[in-house]
Amino acid sequence: MTIETVTIDSATQLRDPGTASGRVRLAADGVTLAYDEHVVVRDLDLQLTEGSFTAIVGPNGCGKSTLLRALGRLMRPSGGQVLLDGRSIARTPTREVARVLGLLPQAPVAPEGLTVADLVARGRHPHQSWLRQWSRDDEAVVAEALSWTDMVRLADRPVDELSGGQRQRAWISMALAQGTDLLLLDEPTTYLDLSHQIDVLELVSRLHAERGCTVVVVLHDLNLAARYAQRLVAMKDGALMASGRPEEVLTEQLLADVFDLEARVLPDPVAGTPMVVPVRRLR
Amino acid sequence: MSIEASPRPGTTIRIGPASGIVRWRQVAVPLATFAVLVLLSAVSLGRGDFPIAVPDVLRTLAGLGEGAEPFIILELRAPRVAVGLLVGLALGVAGALFQTFARNPLASPDTLGITTGASVGAVGAIVLSSGGVLPGLGIPLAALLGALLTGVLLFALTWRAGIDGYRLVLIGIALWSIGTALVDWLLTDAEIHDAASAYVWITGSLNARTWDHAVPLAVALAVLLPLALAASRVLGVLQFGDDTARGLGIRLQGAQAAVVLIAVGCVAFAVSAAGPITFVALVVPQIAVRLAGGSRPPLLASGLLGAVLVVGADLVTRTVLPEALPVGILTAVLGAPYLLWLLVRGRRRSTL
Repeated sequence: MTIETVTIDSATQLRDPGTASGRVRLAADGVTLAYDEHVVVRDLDLQLTEGSFTAIVGPNGCGKSTLLRALGRLMRPSGGQVLLDGRSIARTPTREVARVLGLLPQAPVAPEGLTVADLVARGRHPHQSWLRQWSRDDEAVVAEALSWTDMVRLADRPVDELSGGQRQRAWISMALAQGTDLLLLDEPTTYLDLSHQIDVLELVSRLHAERGCTVVVVLHDLNLAARYAQRLVAMKDGALMASGRPEEVLTEQLLADVFDLEARVLPDPVAGTPMVVPVRRLR
Repeated sequence: MSIEASPRPGTTIRIGPASGIVRWRQVAVPLATFAVLVLLSAVSLGRGDFPIAVPDVLRTLAGLGEGAEPFIILELRAPRVAVGLLVGLALGVAGALFQTFARNPLASPDTLGITTGASVGAVGAIVLSSGGVLPGLGIPLAALLGALLTGVLLFALTWRAGIDGYRLVLIGIALWSIGTALVDWLLTDAEIHDAASAYVWITGSLNARTWDHAVPLAVALAVLLPLALAASRVLGVLQFGDDTARGLGIRLQGAQAAVVLIAVGCVAFAVSAAGPITFVALVVPQIAVRLAGGSRPPLLASGLLGAVLVVGADLVTRTVLPEALPVGILTAVLGAPYLLWLLVRGRRRSTL
C-alpha cells in the first residue's frame, strides 16, 4: 500500500498543468532530416515549452532518435530549422548551445579507467577554459550533481565497473553538472531491467519537478512514457501522428495506426495514466 | 593561491583566475622520465672511441668543457643523440594523439601508413635519382613530403563530415599496404647499391646524423608540441565519442582536424630525420598510461618515454650489441613482443 501512495505522489506532481504552458524553448520548424539520400523525418513541426516533460514514442525506425539528434544540434536538418530560445541552433556556437542544452546520447561510452567523479567533472567543459580548468564553481556544481544523483559513494569507482543502472545515473549526473535547464535523453532506459528503468525515470522526473528542467526523452516503453511524461509525441515514418497528454494520445485507434498493434488501453491501477495491454500484432 | 583536497582524486591548485587538478603520478612520471632521459643522453654522449665520463659530459653540456671534449661531444656525438631524443619525443606524442583520438591503441603512424608514406618518398628519391642527382637533404625532404602527403590523403579519405576513429584505422591500413607495395616495387627495380642504402633508411637509423637533421625537427616540434598540449583538454572530451563531445560544446570537425594534423606533422618531421623507427609511437603511449594512470595516454609522459626508448635503444645498439645495428631494428625487436603481450593480456579492451 505504501508503494501506491509514493508513486501517485510523484505522478501527480508531474502532471501540474501550470508548467506546461510557458514560452517555447526548443522548436522544430518544418524540419526534414536525411542520412545521405535517405529521408528519415519529413517537414516536421514541434514545439517544446519551458518546464515541459515530453516523451517521443514510435515504432523502431520511425525517426524519433534522429529527431532528438537534430533538436540537440547533433545533426543538421536538410530542410527547415531547429530553434533554441527562438534562435537558429545551427547558427549558435556549439559552446553556447552546450551551456543551455544538455544531452545524453543513446548508450554513451566512457573511456576505460575514467572514474565517476571525473566523468561528472567533464560536464563542466563548456564552462571551462584552458586556464580555468577547475574553479570553485566547477567543484561545487560537480559535488552537488554527485550528491543529487546519489553517486557520492561511487565517485571514485571507474565508470566501466558500474552496473548498467549506476552507469546511467553517472551520465545523468554529468548532464546535471553541465548546468543546463534543457535536457534531451535518447532512450535512457535501454538495456536496463525494470526496476532500474523506474529508477532512472524517477531521477529524470525529479529533475523536471524539483529543478524545473525542460525534459525531452525518447522512450520505447509506452506505459512508462505515459506514467512519467506530461506530453507524448507519437511518430511514424518520420511524421508526427499525435501529440498531447498521454490519455489523449494513447488510444486504441492510435496504437493500431502507429504501432500496428491491437491493444486495450486501461487506466494504470497505480498512477491512473493510460496503460497499454497488447492483444496481437495487426497485418 | 590555494592548494586543497578535491572530491576528484588529486590536489586542486588555484592561482588567481587559473585552476586545475594535479595528480602526483601525472607529475612524478614525466619528472622521473625526464631524469632518466638526461642520464641516458649523458651516458650516450660519453660512449664511443674516445670514452668520456658522465660528469665530464654534463660539465661540457653546461659550457665548461675542456680540451677536445666540447668538439667530440657537441659536434660529433650530440647531433645523433639530439635527433634520437627529438624523434622519440615526436613519435611518443603523435602516438598518444592518434590512440586517444581514434579510441584505438592500434592507431599509430606505423599502422596508419604515414611512416610507409615517408618510406615511399625516401626510397623513391634514392632509387630514382640513383645516388647522384639529389643532394644530402633531398632524401629527408622527400620523406617529409611522402609522410605529409599520406597524412593528407588519410585525412581526406577518412573525412565524412568528421573523422570516425574506426574508419581512420581501416583506411590507414589500406594506405599502409599500398605504400609497402610501392616500396617493394621500387626496391626490386633498384640498382643493388641503391637498394642497400634504401634498406638502411627503411629500418630507421641514427647513423651519421648532423645538426642539419636535428634543427628542422627541433623547429617543427617547437611549434607542434605546444599545439598538442593545448589540444589536450579538448582531446579529453573527444574521447567520449562524437555525440557526447558535441553535446559538451566541442566544435567537432575543427577539433578532429587539428588533432590529426598535429599528429601527422610530428610524425612527418620525425621520420624525415631518422627514417621510420617503428613501434615507438605504438608502444610508448600504452606504457605511459600504465605508469601515469588515468583514462588516456598522457601527452608529455608519452613524448618523454618515446625519447628514452629511442635514445636508450640507440645506446644499446652502439655499446651492448656486437654489431652496430640500426636503432629501428631494436625498437621493433623490443616493441613487437610487448605488443603481443598487450594483445594476449587484453583485459582493458579500449586501451588493449
